[in-house]
Amino acid sequence: MKFVDEFRDREKAGVLVREIERLLVRMKRDVTRPLQIMEVCGGHTHSIFRYGVEGMLPKSIELVHGPGCPVCVLPMGRVDDCVAIAERPEVIFATFGDAMRAPGSRKSLLQAKADGCDVRMVYSPMDAMALARQNPAREVVFFGIGFETTMPSTALTVLQAEREGVENFSIFCNHITIVPTIKAILDSPDLRLDGFLGPGHVSMVIGDAPYEFIARYYKRPMVIAGFEPLDILQSIWMLLKQIDEGRCEIENQYARVAAAGGNSVALKAIAQVYELREFFEWRGLGSIDHSGVKIRDAYARFDAERKFSVPNARIADPKSCQCGEVLKGVIKPWQCKVFGQACTPETPLGALMVSSEGACAAYYQYGGVKRGRDETEASAA
Amino acid sequence: MNMISISPRRSRGKVHVATVTLAHGGGGKAMKDLIDDVFVEAFDNPLLAPLDDQARIDLSSLSQHGDRLAFTTDSFVVDPLIFPGGDIGKLAVCGTVNDLAVGGALALYLSCAVIVEEGVPIDLLRQVARSMAATARDAGVKIVTGDTKVVNKGACDRMFITTTGVGVVAAGVELGAHRARPGDAVLVNGLLGDHGAAILGARGDMALQSPIESDCAPLHDLVARLLDAAPNTRFMRDPTRGGIATVLNEIAEASQIAIDIDETATPLRDEVRGFCEILGLDPLYLANEGKIVAVAPPDEADRAVEAMRVHPLGREAAVIGHVVDGEPGRVTMRTIFGGRRIVDMLVGEQLPRIC
Repeated sequence: MKFVDEFRDREKAGVLVREIERLLVRMKRDVTRPLQIMEVCGGHTHSIFRYGVEGMLPKSIELVHGPGCPVCVLPMGRVDDCVAIAERPEVIFATFGDAMRAPGSRKSLLQAKADGCDVRMVYSPMDAMALARQNPAREVVFFGIGFETTMPSTALTVLQAEREGVENFSIFCNHITIVPTIKAILDSPDLRLDGFLGPGHVSMVIGDAPYEFIARYYKRPMVIAGFEPLDILQSIWMLLKQIDEGRCEIENQYARVAAAGGNSVALKAIAQVYELREFFEWRGLGSIDHSGVKIRDAYARFDAERKFSVPNARIADPKSCQCGEVLKGVIKPWQCKVFGQACTPETPLGALMVSSEGACAAYYQYGGVKRGRDETEASAA
Repeated sequence: MNMISISPRRSRGKVHVATVTLAHGGGGKAMKDLIDDVFVEAFDNPLLAPLDDQARIDLSSLSQHGDRLAFTTDSFVVDPLIFPGGDIGKLAVCGTVNDLAVGGALALYLSCAVIVEEGVPIDLLRQVARSMAATARDAGVKIVTGDTKVVNKGACDRMFITTTGVGVVAAGVELGAHRARPGDAVLVNGLLGDHGAAILGARGDMALQSPIESDCAPLHDLVARLLDAAPNTRFMRDPTRGGIATVLNEIAEASQIAIDIDETATPLRDEVRGFCEILGLDPLYLANEGKIVAVAPPDEADRAVEAMRVHPLGREAAVIGHVVDGEPGRVTMRTIFGGRRIVDMLVGEQLPRIC
């Protein structure tokens, strides 16, 4: 398949892996002092597991699977709000597929659907607005979720709804921003990360400038990476070159999609429709200042939070969850006390087990379970 | 005592209304008319014709085909009822015929139980019945008994069909999920995931237009050719819901062996690959309705593939992997990229990813 297969080439992968090995030897890195690289985005996590990238890398590199899965980091209180909205008889609740499994304190959207709520899976917010047009007597609420990647499409849908005068349509806005979150991780006292793979699709919207502080103030290199397995390998190689050469920069491997200045149309729509929240609650990471957006007053009538009174309760993460430590790379998923026992993709306790992009779910699904335990046993022996 | 005999040339009832109503399930004339006009009309055969409460089959006619009876049942609740490449009727016949075929059985007789929601157009019911009849003819099976129930609006999604099948296994054919041994080859008869992608596309939820057709087909003949060419085949299963990933896990578990497949050897249509790329789905978990996964001993694998490739339903047949020594129950895949990953059982339903 054109523009896909080229980025999954086995031979090129072999060349890159050998280059990575060579660099690591030069840098005198081994299993006892592995380099920790965080891929921020859940899309990267998924590709890494889907194509078995981690197993191709030398053991002296450790990939830490970051907080960039929007479904995973959604706190239970927000899911409860979704369910409360979906339970209103007049509401058709439209959502992306994988958000349906996110657990609330009472139930997930999948369970709410089974209990009779009208929950529909859509592929884009425009599909949700089409539902609103087709069902003028109902209230269609779109579950706006995701980082800057999905923010513009929700914003443009709001603008179009306003132009067309679609009044039975609103957004339950849970969009979050990546930069404050990376900052929160960098500020954590137990941080051990050596560098970052930056989320390519976020950069497609915001460009690379917003990450400059990571290199300048925190002295960590970042490579903005694409999502095919060769993109990921090449980005790791670029990161190692920076570290080896003593550079600390924000580089862009994904220039074929993500332009340096981002996408001005998308940025304009974001600025027009949303404003920053004081703080937003994250599963596993707690409350992070300015890490979420809400809909501006000018578009209040498209804001489900104002249209329907939502409970807006804060529900603490289950105590047994160690998602925060996994997110920061302090422990590996299989080292969590409840991994694969009380917490499985069927009955996720913690954030990272929820979506297939979550680090724990990816490990569980694509076989980190066994490998992880083997490694732990081997290092203990 | 007077006996009431049913003349084989009794007059058949006719339905004169456009939609199914509760009267058609009431046990009276309306029901008889519906059964006559829609089902008997389509399925017509001497075993069904008396419309007794049961079809009676000569044991001697069964035993000439083999030494064991194979017996299976399946329910069909597909949405939409008519989809690219098939409909619920064709599916209901193929599904049960295939469940018999992969056990090495010659499928002979089917039952057909239909639950219909009131308000369903009679013509739709007729179309489905005719599709069942045509597929049954292709598969060499007879639909010899049946049942029709009409339920209130909302009590079912337009139409559910259950088919039960009876077949006979020839002497000497021994198949079982527990029989796989290290070194055996794992085969499929063609492109994977077509049915799952066709149904998801046809539902229209995803607003994706796709040209993908269901692979729904009766596999009795293909399986017979395969068994002729590779008589020591260990096991076969049709990878319907849960896709080939599920079947491979079932084999690995039952035989307490490991299976390693190669992504580059896995036959996939470009359209299905593209469909999965866009929605973030894994084709290994997509349903098939005209595919088998077979495990064959190493010395018969090539012959098995060749035998399938000359059959219209097996042109893309391929060895996709092997049974290996390894952790019992474990299925792995060497990815197109050269890495290796575990192919686990699907948890819940595959849900499209956000971005």
